[in-house]
Amino acid sequence: MIRISDDRDVFQARFDEVERQANANGSAWFEPRRREAMASFASLGWPSSRQEAWRHFDAGPLRRTTFRYVHDPERVRIGREALAQFQVHCLPGAQLVFVDGYFEPALSTARALPPTVFASDLASAIGHHRALLEAHLARHASFATQPFVALNTALLHDGACVHVPRGVVVKDPIHVLYLSTGARGPTVSHPRTIVLLDEQAQLTLVEDFVSLGNEVHFTNPVSEIVLGRGAVLDYYKLQRESKSALHVGALEVAQAADSNFRSTSIAFGGSRTRNDLRCVLNGEGSSCSLHGLNVIGDHQMVDDFTTIVHAQPHGTSQELYKSILDGHAEGVFHGTVFVAKDAQKTSSRQVNRNLVLSKDALMNTKPELQIHADDVKCSHGATIGELEEDALFYLRTRGLDAKTARRILTYAFANDVLEHIQLEPLRKTVELDLFHFIPAGMGAKTPC
Amino acid sequence: MKKPLLQVRGLHVEAGGNPILTGIDLELYPGEVHAIMGPNGSGKSTLAHVLAGRDGYTVTAGDVLYDGKPLLDLEPEIRAREGVFLAFQYPVEIPGVNNTYFLKAALNAVRKHRAESELDAMDFLALVREKMKLLEMDDSLLGRPVNEGFSGGEKKRNEILQMALLEPRLAILDETDSGLDIDALRIVARGVEAMRNAERTILVVTHYQRLLDYIVPDYVHVLSRGRIAKSGDKDLALQLEEKGYAWIDAETAERTR
Repeated sequence: MIRISDDRDVFQARFDEVERQANANGSAWFEPRRREAMASFASLGWPSSRQEAWRHFDAGPLRRTTFRYVHDPERVRIGREALAQFQVHCLPGAQLVFVDGYFEPALSTARALPPTVFASDLASAIGHHRALLEAHLARHASFATQPFVALNTALLHDGACVHVPRGVVVKDPIHVLYLSTGARGPTVSHPRTIVLLDEQAQLTLVEDFVSLGNEVHFTNPVSEIVLGRGAVLDYYKLQRESKSALHVGALEVAQAADSNFRSTSIAFGGSRTRNDLRCVLNGEGSSCSLHGLNVIGDHQMVDDFTTIVHAQPHGTSQELYKSILDGHAEGVFHGTVFVAKDAQKTSSRQVNRNLVLSKDALMNTKPELQIHADDVKCSHGATIGELEEDALFYLRTRGLDAKTARRILTYAFANDVLEHIQLEPLRKTVELDLFHFIPAGMGAKTPC
Repeated sequence: MKKPLLQVRGLHVEAGGNPILTGIDLELYPGEVHAIMGPNGSGKSTLAHVLAGRDGYTVTAGDVLYDGKPLLDLEPEIRAREGVFLAFQYPVEIPGVNNTYFLKAALNAVRKHRAESELDAMDFLALVREKMKLLEMDDSLLGRPVNEGFSGGEKKRNEILQMALLEPRLAILDETDSGLDIDALRIVARGVEAMRNAERTILVVTHYQRLLDYIVPDYVHVLSRGRIAKSGDKDLALQLEEKGYAWIDAETAERTR
């Protein structure tokens, strides 16, 4: 085995390896894009805190760690019983499972999908469905400007690939589970999801990131979502990885006219998590609503960087992100709403609210509006606060102890994001996670 | 012989270094309704809040016995479970907490303390609907977040509903009449009157005599500058209505001269 001392070499070695396999697996058509992305990553380098978009993100742990790729022969085989703990109880629909970046057909199930819907692993789709992918894969998420998109694009191997043809409404959700085993050292994976919804198609998609153990691993996912005219996607992202996990992900959404993208991003896990979400409303009358809930403690960090681009008239966007921070947790919200000159009659509302439960927790928020049109309705606002003393006292005068009162109010804070989770089984799972978080988190401020 | 339920003895209270209560003495027996009246800033609400256990006040002298035991060391929730209830002048809005959930959690916390079985959802709903009928409350208020978007009257009725559910031994009504029109006042007062019995003590804190037409007190105390300036029966409230509060101060000044 070659001893690799520098992490750039780890990525370069992986790149060479992937390129060598390209002709054999039919992905040669994608290689020019790969090479461009690799060159871009080499020139962009790791982001630094001097860059506004990465001001609060410390890339140090990523730079300092020598990551390791899990090669095919050494893949960790896990059984269905090991997956049970990550299942969303009672969630219907299809499931695609990836372990350390590899598709696991034996653990996946495509039940209940209409026959015209394509849901498969990207590795085989690149080989066999070039016509479907060529116009979209790495055509939306910009590897030229974003270092972690470049890294993913250069080194992507597998992920979920979904295509819903015109007019097809998929009733049950597709649950994509990305599991990292973390086995034998700090591993890295670059899951790539691509979702194509043709005109008037509808789908619910859950992207779920989990860890098997407590080892350090680095997950670098990129998802591209393309919505045709009038298409509707309900999208959920769950960050449930271990508290040692490093996670830097990007989601890029391209929306045609009258399409509707509804997203809910939930983070409980991860040591450092960065979620980039960029939604481009390219067609007239399209809309997006972005919701987020981060519930973190200890030394966890979640950095949400969202951009909504209103490029055409009559667009609507709504954004509500909330964080609950305990311990020494740090949160970042940097949300930009950009309204182009031609995007008249845009309606946009952005809200970021944060609940800080401990003196040592920190929240940075930067809501931003950039409006170049003159006939629009846009608002934004941000708050950072503690639990309200008046409300705590009120609950206590009704016989509820201080700890219960704090739990109720913390839960209540999260409630309006939870209400946006249309998938009942998923909402229940998130509620349970929230209940598990709250008691542990209560000791930090005042003794109860 | 009956024992007093609440004894306030020489109570001095400061807030932010300023004296608010400067020697309050009160004895309330089971079955009695006492009214505490007084001008704004006389310390009425402070007394109500100190009894309920609110932070931010310092007791510099005196003490309070509840059922013969010291009250002031108890956490607010323990006081509540032991039967002390405060109806807030400004009930707090709690977005995100469903009113039914809140009422049920409160009732079961108190029942558990009394070693009574907790009520399940069905029994609870039957009970709460019965109490709501008396207060002419709309069923929809159960499904809404606690006090959020409630009108002034709905908030006050929600307070009395909580009182009816928790069945306190000592009910303190802090300016429950403020902001109510006459119809709402009547409904709220009827709710309180229905709770009146030989075991329960009610302390009505109010600025105006109006409420006392409907909840007729056994005793009326006038609070002025942090102490009780005058005590009497219900006629004292009528005198205050007629003459205002100034004559009490004048009389007190006369006496202390």
